[in-house]
Amino acid sequence: MLNDIFIKPFVDMVSAPDFLLQVLWEGLVSGILYALIALGFVLIFRSSRIFNFAQGIMVVFAALTLVGLHAYGIPAWIAVAMTLGVMFVLAVSIERIVLRPLVGQPDIILFMATIGITLFLIGGGEIIFGGENKQMITAELGIPTGDTVLEPWGGLLILQHLDITVVVVATLLVAALLAFLNYTRMGRAIRALGDDHQAALSVGISLQTIWVLVWFIAGIIALVTGIAWGARAGVSFALEVIAYKALPVLMLGGLESITGAIIGGLMIGILEKLFEIYWGQPLMGGNTETWFAFVLALVVLLFRPQGLFGERIIERV
Amino acid sequence: MLYRTAGQFKTSYQADQALFPIRQDAFLLGIILILAWVVFPMTASEFTFQTLLIPILIYSLAALGLNILTGYAGQLSLGTAAFMGVGAYACYKMITIMPWMNPIVAILLSGVFSAGIGVAFGIPSLRIKGFYLAIATLAAQFFLVWLFEKWAWLYNYNASGAIQVPNLEMFGTYVAGPQASSIVQYYVVLFIVSLLTMLCINLTRGNLGRTWKATRDMDIAAELIGINLMKSKLTAFAVSSYIVGVAGALFVFMWRGAAEPNLFDIPLSFRILFIAIIGGLGSIMGNYLGAILIVGLPVVLNLLPAALGIPIDSATVEHLNIMIVGSLIVFFLIVEPHGLAQLWRLIREKLIIWPFPH
Repeated sequence: MLNDIFIKPFVDMVSAPDFLLQVLWEGLVSGILYALIALGFVLIFRSSRIFNFAQGIMVVFAALTLVGLHAYGIPAWIAVAMTLGVMFVLAVSIERIVLRPLVGQPDIILFMATIGITLFLIGGGEIIFGGENKQMITAELGIPTGDTVLEPWGGLLILQHLDITVVVVATLLVAALLAFLNYTRMGRAIRALGDDHQAALSVGISLQTIWVLVWFIAGIIALVTGIAWGARAGVSFALEVIAYKALPVLMLGGLESITGAIIGGLMIGILEKLFEIYWGQPLMGGNTETWFAFVLALVVLLFRPQGLFGERIIERV
Repeated sequence: MLYRTAGQFKTSYQADQALFPIRQDAFLLGIILILAWVVFPMTASEFTFQTLLIPILIYSLAALGLNILTGYAGQLSLGTAAFMGVGAYACYKMITIMPWMNPIVAILLSGVFSAGIGVAFGIPSLRIKGFYLAIATLAAQFFLVWLFEKWAWLYNYNASGAIQVPNLEMFGTYVAGPQASSIVQYYVVLFIVSLLTMLCINLTRGNLGRTWKATRDMDIAAELIGINLMKSKLTAFAVSSYIVGVAGALFVFMWRGAAEPNLFDIPLSFRILFIAIIGGLGSIMGNYLGAILIVGLPVVLNLLPAALGIPIDSATVEHLNIMIVGSLIVFFLIVEPHGLAQLWRLIREKLIIWPFPH
């Protein structure tokens, strides 16, 4: 038993390094997607203290809208532009209808409101687009689908072109987002609001505009994640599950930290894959990915209650 | 006018601290109890029992358990469904290992197991707060549901992976299983719910309840005035998980009749959280009001199109339901963030001074 836990997995890793690389690569791909979703969460949380549970359903909704629009015969890239338009309208209406009347309420109330939005979008999405699993329009968007086979150390390493595209696009998106947050007026306004609400308001930053903006950015992120994940697993409401995966990423990285979201996402993506392959499947009957990330994050939190990169919590009476 | 308190003098501390300092409140409760114990069971049809009365009571109990933790002790939990699952599986194992056991005793005991697990998952709350804790309780949610699926001993190694409630007898009548009649099950549920509600009302009024409230309002301040935070938080987790576990056992044994692991998935947790929040955090009565709304609304919405003669297929109705429930949640949060219980409190205040404005 001890051998199975402490020695055998590592022996397996060393004896088949190509397989280990394959596992690491797949972990990295999902890790990048987790990091993306977590970024959407962090942006909204920083600027409004809203724990946005609707992020997951926004992923599904964006992907469904894209596929649905294309099914009406609209060319793929125009459909992407129109989906972005839909996400913008969604951001504006959420801000107007839901968030504005709830400003200043306790966190848990706002959190519940986002779950209300989630239910609304689930029902709406089912009525408009139907619940069955759909094919993502991978080819129409020009996403390559083949694979490259490498042979390190005489082994076998298969890199799906789709995954490579996902990694490249996601990295570019994260870089663009960081540049936006650091070098543009709007981006700096978002960060200012995150640092201190009242100070930001007093220098003339409009809360409403920023809220619409962060929800729209979350919508863009949702669309990219939706395309990436939809291309791998098909578009259906089951995709919502990946949003739950972003939650331990947030715990691990800290709710306010953009760096934390990225590093936490990569860590969780890679570690959960490793655990599943080398410990979960041989010892526990598999499917440990549903909970491993949470338990890992929980253990980390016991030592750092604000996550690895979160703001230090200072409490006064 | 009906609620006028004039003339009700309290001459002792006991009278002032009574459960119902205002006579009309006790009267109102009496009416509700008569309705619940006598009128409803005598008039209800099989359909009403199965779709309204029994589920409303069970959901209220689960929400009550969550409310102890979130509303009274201030620890947000998203893992309620998993603890219900622990209660249900514990009850199932006890019944199959000891078939002679009295079903009500088994249901009440099954809460003990979920209380133990609740305390284990509550330990992080000593260090983690707020949303971090909420996500940490999701660890319990996902881990336990995974365990229900993978640990074959829990469902007696049967091929389907689901648990089936056997026929259970008590005093010569079936109380659970396929042969039990709805009215018997209703009374069992009502008995346990009344019992635990009574317990909770008194717990939250007493020493322990005040400790919880102090912890909720500001835990550092509570610690400074000498409250043992560990004890306060862990008892809240224990009591809450106990009630939730009993609700879970009732959920499967008195209502569903069978359960698969994914029955205890995250949507159930959210449903119960909705009931607690729409009803009102930090209120006992709110759980019942919330459950009536959240359980009753879809039933009414399902019947509505047929009653109005609008031809819509049932799938669309279901999705419309989800949409309407979602928007109503947002609506209620905007109208009264403190829940239906607060709404009732405001109405009562108005009634007491009516017809005068002040």
